[in-house]
Amino acid sequence: MIGLGLLKAMRVTLRNALKAPFTIQYPDRKVGIVGAAKEEGKSPIGLVATQPVTAAKAAMSMYSVPVNIPQNRRFRGNEFTWYEDRCTGCASCAKYCPLGIIEIVTSPGGFDVQEGESYAIDVFDIDIGRCMFCGLCVEACPYDALHMGSNFERSKYERDALVIPVDELRQALKQPSSWFRPQFEERDYDPFRDGAEDDHYKVGRHEKPSDETLDERWVEER
Amino acid sequence: MTTQVRTEPITVNLGPQHPSTHGVFRMRVTFDGEEIIDVEPIFGYLHRGSEKLAEERTYVQVVTLTDRMDYVGSMLNNQAYMLAVEKLAGVEPAPRGVWLRMIASELQRIASHLVAVGFLIQDLGAWGTPLIYTMREREKILDLFEMLCGARITNSYLRPGGVFMDAPEEFWPAMNEVLDELPPRIDDLDDLLTDNDIIFSRTKGVSVLTPEQMLDASITGPMLRAAGVDWDLRHRDPYDYYDQVTFERPLHTAGDNFARYWVRVQEMRESIKIIRQCEKLIEPGSVRPEHDDVPWLLRPPVGDAYAAIEHSKGELGFYLVSDGSISPYRCHVRAPSLINLTLLRDMLVGELLADMFVSFGSVDINMGEVDR
Repeated sequence: MIGLGLLKAMRVTLRNALKAPFTIQYPDRKVGIVGAAKEEGKSPIGLVATQPVTAAKAAMSMYSVPVNIPQNRRFRGNEFTWYEDRCTGCASCAKYCPLGIIEIVTSPGGFDVQEGESYAIDVFDIDIGRCMFCGLCVEACPYDALHMGSNFERSKYERDALVIPVDELRQALKQPSSWFRPQFEERDYDPFRDGAEDDHYKVGRHEKPSDETLDERWVEER
Repeated sequence: MTTQVRTEPITVNLGPQHPSTHGVFRMRVTFDGEEIIDVEPIFGYLHRGSEKLAEERTYVQVVTLTDRMDYVGSMLNNQAYMLAVEKLAGVEPAPRGVWLRMIASELQRIASHLVAVGFLIQDLGAWGTPLIYTMREREKILDLFEMLCGARITNSYLRPGGVFMDAPEEFWPAMNEVLDELPPRIDDLDDLLTDNDIIFSRTKGVSVLTPEQMLDASITGPMLRAAGVDWDLRHRDPYDYYDQVTFERPLHTAGDNFARYWVRVQEMRESIKIIRQCEKLIEPGSVRPEHDDVPWLLRPPVGDAYAAIEHSKGELGFYLVSDGSISPYRCHVRAPSLINLTLLRDMLVGELLADMFVSFGSVDINMGEVDR
């Protein structure tokens, strides 16, 4: 019967129109006086009394709070996490990159007591502007030195600014993603919940060797 | 009394930058009044040379290129490519990896069909509501992919012989939640669109293709099943473990725009059934073969291999030739989008201007795959 189908369709749209919106406001959302007071850590009346300008802004819906997007811990992010202490400069990542955007220059460096001769890493540049975040470099790293990052807000005005130089990699906040790092998931590490991981021993597939093991390896075997 | 208006044929260039063409696609259309009398499709505007790029990359690196061919069906592209590599190199895949990639590809099939249905209705003029409903469901599936492999669209999840990493613990309850939510949503789609009189009058009997026409043009996928030809590679030539799961092939006999839409909606329900069965049959174990069996730099013996899967759009095949080195000597893709487009002229000639993009959308093409 003509018309009955239309009524059925309108029932669906009506049901959906009454539901709460599914969309998330990003990067921030507007809040009223109550939300602004919560953000400032005060009661609504206290906010009006102490910060009348803020309260007026909130009343005119000009006060916004940042929104955190729920992300999964395997998220292949935009900023690579690199542990210099674990990196030997073998350039496996550079060889495995399908686009060849990782540039590594090493020079014979000092002498490590535990590891023997080591290479100093002079250049470790990742050209994010051409990166497609496939994560094959992370999969290729035999020493778990390179990890995917967790953030994604890295827009810049110039193309050159998209290259991550080695100094930035050294100083960056280390929030490694658990992509291709089962050891993170075994110990239930979540970069968004637990924050940064600065201990380079903890990010590897093996535990930190005890002093006895090191003695055995370096004193008794030699 | 009706007056006869004399009209002259007029040729219009539609695209390549046109909001309705699902990408950069150009059609040179000749109209007589509102009626289409000639169509000349012109494509190649999104050509990126994926097949040539594959010749200078290793077998694992090519996975990243297959993601970008049909970017609403990345998991299915990965699966087709991996089947070809496994055939070429003689790799025995790990069972848990195969089950995981079946689950991933069926989820991707649902997501791809949701996009097809949503944009088909958008082409009809219902901008907004149905498209956003389908996109909302697709978003949940993309969240599952983010949980599995860290990316939503360009997954690169599969590796020769399985998948790169086991699904995390939180994936299974999340997937069950999505699968519980989906059937009522698909029922909603049915209520909203399948019984809708406006959809009936706009899509029924428009752009009818006969099975003979389609078989001559080697068209596959939901388009062929909409005309009543029972051809599904998952059933006819089972790859992976599709011979261990049971599912139905929804068929329609009309072969018009409505039938193509209807088949896609029904296939989503069948995909949910397949995922439920996979979840029961999956067993713990390794998700990819040992490194000694499948090394990083895979060097398959000299030869060639062709493997095809039932993509959400049709038969997607990868033909690889190896010369014994670390990268394929030749990689050819049998892209369903491109081949399904070959009957565009037969579909459109004689139809009206308003139905042009509806018919075009009902083919469910993806320009990334047409031009590669």
